[in-house]
Amino acid sequence: MDAVLWSPYWVGAGIGILSWLVFLLCNHPLGVSTAVAKSAGMIEKALRGPKVEQKAYWQENKPAIDWEWMLVLGLLLGAVTAALLSGTFQWEWIPPMWAEAFGSNVWNRLAVALAGGILIGFGARWGCGCTSGHGISGSLQLVLSSWLAAAMFFIGGIAAAFCLYRIF
Amino acid sequence: MAGKINLSNGPRYLLGLLFGFCFGFLLQKGGVTRYDIIMRQLLLEDFTVLKIIFTAIAVGMVGVYGMKQAGWIELHKKQGSLGTSVPGPLIFGIGFGLLGYCPGTGIGAVGHGALDALVGGVVGMLIGCSLYAAVYPKLKGTVLNKGNFGDKTLIDVLPVRSPWAVIVPVVLLIAAMLWSIEAAGF
Repeated sequence: MDAVLWSPYWVGAGIGILSWLVFLLCNHPLGVSTAVAKSAGMIEKALRGPKVEQKAYWQENKPAIDWEWMLVLGLLLGAVTAALLSGTFQWEWIPPMWAEAFGSNVWNRLAVALAGGILIGFGARWGCGCTSGHGISGSLQLVLSSWLAAAMFFIGGIAAAFCLYRIF
Repeated sequence: MAGKINLSNGPRYLLGLLFGFCFGFLLQKGGVTRYDIIMRQLLLEDFTVLKIIFTAIAVGMVGVYGMKQAGWIELHKKQGSLGTSVPGPLIFGIGFGLLGYCPGTGIGAVGHGALDALVGGVVGMLIGCSLYAAVYPKLKGTVLNKGNFGDKTLIDVLPVRSPWAVIVPVVLLIAAMLWSIEAAGF
């Protein structure tokens, strides 16, 4: 429990077994990005009032706390606990690999991270899922649209990573 | 044969919190909440991410289809079309390469104190979701339905009588791929 890293195969098997349990006991697949979207809807509602709920997207995806939102809250708590147990918790603005390639200016890192986050949020909703919902849950059910989406995640990701680290 | 389990919302939410806790714990212990490990996967230098995802898919698939056959669960498949499953995920992918975290691993990264994942990543994702909600009515009647192929699975499109005729070869292919990655020294 206090080891910093576990074998990727044990971790993968653990996530696979976790997906059995959520299908069996919660009648739901593992997924994250819908909960992020609902949080965005709840923030919009808090800032701009209940008329936000009339937007077509928020009518189809009610901005409220639901099962998946609880899952994501648990995810954060579990990640904090694991980091504390292994003694790796540390506030950090810039990851080591970024600092080595692009220096220690926090604003540069934040600008690229923010742009990436916006594209992720936008793209996850357009494609109806993320690396968890399509990449793991959809793929393990052998759903063709999920396999296609997962391939696109990595094609886009590899292209952007090579542009960032190898070209510019 | 046991029937399907239907919990009321209270225990179901509590289990969601507990399973989320396990998920975040595993992501953190797997190292995939680390920017460097995700970025090195996208640069094809480290294959931790691929090993975790494909092991989860293989293990998950066997149990989920086994439980479906026993009548314990229903599948939860998402509808897809060329108009949703290509452009959206490509945009997501570019964002993934810029941020260096996906939604789950980004929130998991906040768990070890990564402030770029919180202030850049999570805030950006929330903005991106709201932007999508704003343009959704324009996309809905046009691009989203292009090339609709529904929720078909690989089992549906292959001429097999039993789902295991697909599952077993897929699991073996995944095992062979992971073995090759190890054999190649990654």
